[in-house]
Amino acid sequence: MPLSYTIAVVAIPLLMFFFLGLAGVKMDKKLTGVLGVIGMLITTILAYGVALTYFFGSDQGQMADGVRQAVVVCNPDWLSFTQTLVVRMGIMLDPIAAMMLIVISTVSLMVHLYSLGYMCDHHGHAEKGFQRYYAFLALFTFSMLGLVVATNLFQIFIFFEMVGLSSYLLIGFYYQSPAAVHASKKAFIVTRLADLFFLLGIMILSYYTGTFDFHQLVFGSNGANSLEVAQSAIATSGGATFLGCSVMAWALTFIFIGGAGKSAMYPLHIWLPDAMEGPTPVSALIHAATMVVAGVFLVARLFPLYVIEQGAMDIICVTGAFTAFYAAAIACVQSDIKRALAFSTISQIAFMMTSLAVSSADGGLIEIHGGQGLGFMASMFHLFTHAMFKALLFLCAGAIIHAVHSNENSQMHGLHKYMPITSFAFLIGCLAIAGIPPFAGFWSKDEILVACYEKGLGWGIWMSMVAGMTAFYMFRIYFLIFHWKKHEVHTEHAPSDQPWTMTLPLIILAAISIVAGFVPAHDMVTWDGKELHTQLNWTVAGTSVLIACIGIGLAYKMYFKENELPDKLQARFSGLWEAAYRRFYMDELYQFITHKVIFQSICKPIARFDRAVIDGFFNLLASVTGSAAYGIRRLQNGSIQSYVYVYLVGALALAVITMVCVLI
Amino acid sequence: MEIFSNILIYFVIVPVLTLAGLALCSNKGIKAIRTVAVTGATVLVAMAIYLVHLFLQARGAGDTSEMILRTDVIWFAPFNIKLALGVDGISVVMILLSAFIVFAGVFASWKMNPLPKQFFLWFYLLSTGVFGFFISIDLFTMFMFYEVALIPMYLLIGVWGSGSKNYSAMKLTLMLMGGSAFLMLGLIGIYFHSAADGNLTMNVLEIAQNNAIPHEWQMWLFPLTFIGFGVLGAMFPFHTWSPDGHASAPTAVSMLHAGVLMKLGGYGCFRIAIYLMPFAANELAWIFLTLTGVSIVYGAFSACVQTDLKYINAYSSVSHCGMVLFAILMFNTTAMTGAVLQMLSHGLMTALFFALIGMIYGRTHTRDIRDMGGMMTIMPYLGVGYVVAGLASLGLPGLSGFAAEMTIFFGSFEHNDMFRRVLTIAATCSIVITAVYILRVVGKLLFGAVQNEHHRELTDASWEERLSTATLMISVAVIGCFPNFFINIISDSFLPVVKALGAMI
Repeated sequence: MPLSYTIAVVAIPLLMFFFLGLAGVKMDKKLTGVLGVIGMLITTILAYGVALTYFFGSDQGQMADGVRQAVVVCNPDWLSFTQTLVVRMGIMLDPIAAMMLIVISTVSLMVHLYSLGYMCDHHGHAEKGFQRYYAFLALFTFSMLGLVVATNLFQIFIFFEMVGLSSYLLIGFYYQSPAAVHASKKAFIVTRLADLFFLLGIMILSYYTGTFDFHQLVFGSNGANSLEVAQSAIATSGGATFLGCSVMAWALTFIFIGGAGKSAMYPLHIWLPDAMEGPTPVSALIHAATMVVAGVFLVARLFPLYVIEQGAMDIICVTGAFTAFYAAAIACVQSDIKRALAFSTISQIAFMMTSLAVSSADGGLIEIHGGQGLGFMASMFHLFTHAMFKALLFLCAGAIIHAVHSNENSQMHGLHKYMPITSFAFLIGCLAIAGIPPFAGFWSKDEILVACYEKGLGWGIWMSMVAGMTAFYMFRIYFLIFHWKKHEVHTEHAPSDQPWTMTLPLIILAAISIVAGFVPAHDMVTWDGKELHTQLNWTVAGTSVLIACIGIGLAYKMYFKENELPDKLQARFSGLWEAAYRRFYMDELYQFITHKVIFQSICKPIARFDRAVIDGFFNLLASVTGSAAYGIRRLQNGSIQSYVYVYLVGALALAVITMVCVLI
Repeated sequence: MEIFSNILIYFVIVPVLTLAGLALCSNKGIKAIRTVAVTGATVLVAMAIYLVHLFLQARGAGDTSEMILRTDVIWFAPFNIKLALGVDGISVVMILLSAFIVFAGVFASWKMNPLPKQFFLWFYLLSTGVFGFFISIDLFTMFMFYEVALIPMYLLIGVWGSGSKNYSAMKLTLMLMGGSAFLMLGLIGIYFHSAADGNLTMNVLEIAQNNAIPHEWQMWLFPLTFIGFGVLGAMFPFHTWSPDGHASAPTAVSMLHAGVLMKLGGYGCFRIAIYLMPFAANELAWIFLTLTGVSIVYGAFSACVQTDLKYINAYSSVSHCGMVLFAILMFNTTAMTGAVLQMLSHGLMTALFFALIGMIYGRTHTRDIRDMGGMMTIMPYLGVGYVVAGLASLGLPGLSGFAAEMTIFFGSFEHNDMFRRVLTIAATCSIVITAVYILRVVGKLLFGAVQNEHHRELTDASWEERLSTATLMISVAVIGCFPNFFINIISDSFLPVVKALGAMI
């Protein structure tokens, strides 16, 4: 398949958006959904065709000397700032873009199909706004695809904004619920704040390098990432510094902040748990599998620059490692199934970030050691596997929520008997994320841990500990939902497995989660396009499996059968438990800053100043003029006597003055 | 007459003919009035599009003269006043903008009551002034048309307005007139120094070529003219007419005023103040950069706490128009091109906002967001329109605001001095604050539960309202999707002025 078909991959969802958005209102609801699924199916087939051609197909310029190159399919000008600084809207395929095409199209298709069932009530009637929902899904898919095939940094920024918009629209899909409106607003504004830094970063970077184009920033003449090119791009700043750090370190840190906003890195993560107010399939697509990894993708895209500007890389590494732990700790105590999964997502994305950031260029040598290139590959591999099993977990959660009409796990318990397929699918997802062989997560997480151990023993131990926590909190959720105690049937309908439109995606994603680990990622998505020789590190693999098993065992002990232990522990560590449950009070902090500081102490005084002082001054001017006019008006009083009087006094005064002058 | 072979003069003649046509209609014949008004607006739009075509053709044919379609007719010989016509890329897009907004404005005031005939008469008189201003390059005629555009505002707000309309009309007119007073002093000063050899002229191009205004005079005349136009461009601290004026003005007048009239300010600042007095512009830029930089952030913060829809939009205009003047003062082609794009973008988007606010107000009889909610369920079309306008305002890619703001930011950042960079970064912060107040309004007004049960009976937009808003929405999207088309028209026109400014450094 010609690689130029990528244009169609991106264009079809956009057309679907306009078609469903404009014409959908007049059409039958179910029909719009089916059309949406068909459109997405075509997109998926084309995306697979293009991606597989890129990796394995006949040569269309993507392979040279055993190196996978970036292929630019088209690259028209869009916005010319100056003759040389031009924003282009292009399409480019390279290993990570091709991999992302597969990830996005797969999850998106599953979600499209799943939503046919999910967005209906129990009688099978489509919900209000069904067409709108499918239109927005198409818009999101378009934006995300546009993001990953971007040829330049500014295009990524543009699509960052677009995915932010689609996320806003979909979180706020139930726009009559205040919680959803609030959550959508929060998501947009927090990510916008991050995008502000992204923009500043681009401004600084493009000022020195004079380009947005990846081919001039990171890709070498052989079309793969090149440290020499990145080195010379960094060198354009001529060593300029700002507040003691090189300007390029500032630029790259700012760009990372942009990515951190989308990828929910601490402290910009606060929007993601709230974003769970959106429909669950949306959470699976946007807030688990695709959009939230945009930040990881961004850092991976600029990987050579970060490797050389080690200061920025260290910030990423610390942020990632901390976020991974922080989110995992919170996930251990959440009672809302979607929130727990959301924190799990944050933690897993932080794994990917850390994995990218443990790489370093060795002592000024323009070469990354084999082991250090591993981090990049592991990160991308984990992105791929995580997208599959996290989408699976979210879709399972959606099926459960659809069945029991609640997000709280206290309303679930013992569902294994009623929803066996969902239960098995969820179990596979949990095994995958916990890193039990041979499920997908094992392979990718193991490589991340190897990369971390190569950076330093401390990093490795820290991340292994977080991996253990992952196993614990996932199985805590699993046991609490499906076991713990007998399910209390509240309504006349007992919960059951959902219709095939919802179950089929679960089965497909579960199957992928089992086998995805065997994808030869070390051959496909390496940072320099060359094959990376890896082998299983038995020490690390053995330890991590052992830690995962300990986590699972602990969860089994505490949550498989109803017992007093969790309550006792909660009472014993009540302060810690409360703090973790309240997410360590980050939301309260933000609330304080936005409401008390910005709104009450900045906006309100400024508005009052405007009315009282500035406007007051002009009103004063007007009233002074008015009263002066009122005063002068008296002179024109119409009384002849006073006119004659003034006239005589004036004449007399003149006469006196004249005489005085003459006499002197 | 030679002048009648120039298409530009028809941009004044058509509104005047429409005026005459309206005058002939009877007071009761609403259909005839509408027909005349729509015909006039449609002809103007067609002519504006044709003008763009002519301009591209001329540039394509290698005509690199600064202004095309030049015609001079002597008008008042003793002072060498001419009816001098001519357009460059900037005025072409401004004319295009004005035509579209007049068109949308006519449909937005379809059900104008009372006195529809008189309303449209004043409306078209205002348009005459606007078009006249953009086509002329003679100081005297520019000033004359400028005044023609300002005066009808007083009556339009005073008679057809709402709320404390007398106060607002008076305030707006007096403040703008105060600006004109500065401006007139400045223009007279420029005239008397327009040529070193005593051949005094009013023609902008000739004055710029002579470059004869002594530097010590420029230091006086530049602030006079810049502030004179800056008042109309809602420059801090001369912006306070804007919130009150807009709040009281009827829909179409708000549209035309924010959409076009405020652009006269930015255009004048560039065409007269900066172009004719580059020395003083360089010397004094820092003062006005600071003021406009304050405008941007200050307007945005003030908008965050307003509860009246029109006040929100008026403060938002202070912020966005501040960006126009800010970018013009950056003195490089990129930023200045961004300023013109921002004028286009702000014009269309604010007109769309005011049109929608007017339509919502016409139904609910309130503009207080605390009394409204859940409008999206009740009037989906207007709701979607409001979201589109909001997204354009907060700078979403694909809509006009993004292209304009990015061009401004990247252009401003080209400067290597700390002062301009810090200001640029401060201005960039406005993209977040804008998102805050736009989403706040959208959340309160359109989403959530319906606040007032009576609102459930309200109807969605009628066909003429749909036409009016759809025109603007499509225009906003076209600029946002194909910014390079407009940039190509605009950017070359800044070369002479950038050269003049560069020669001063």
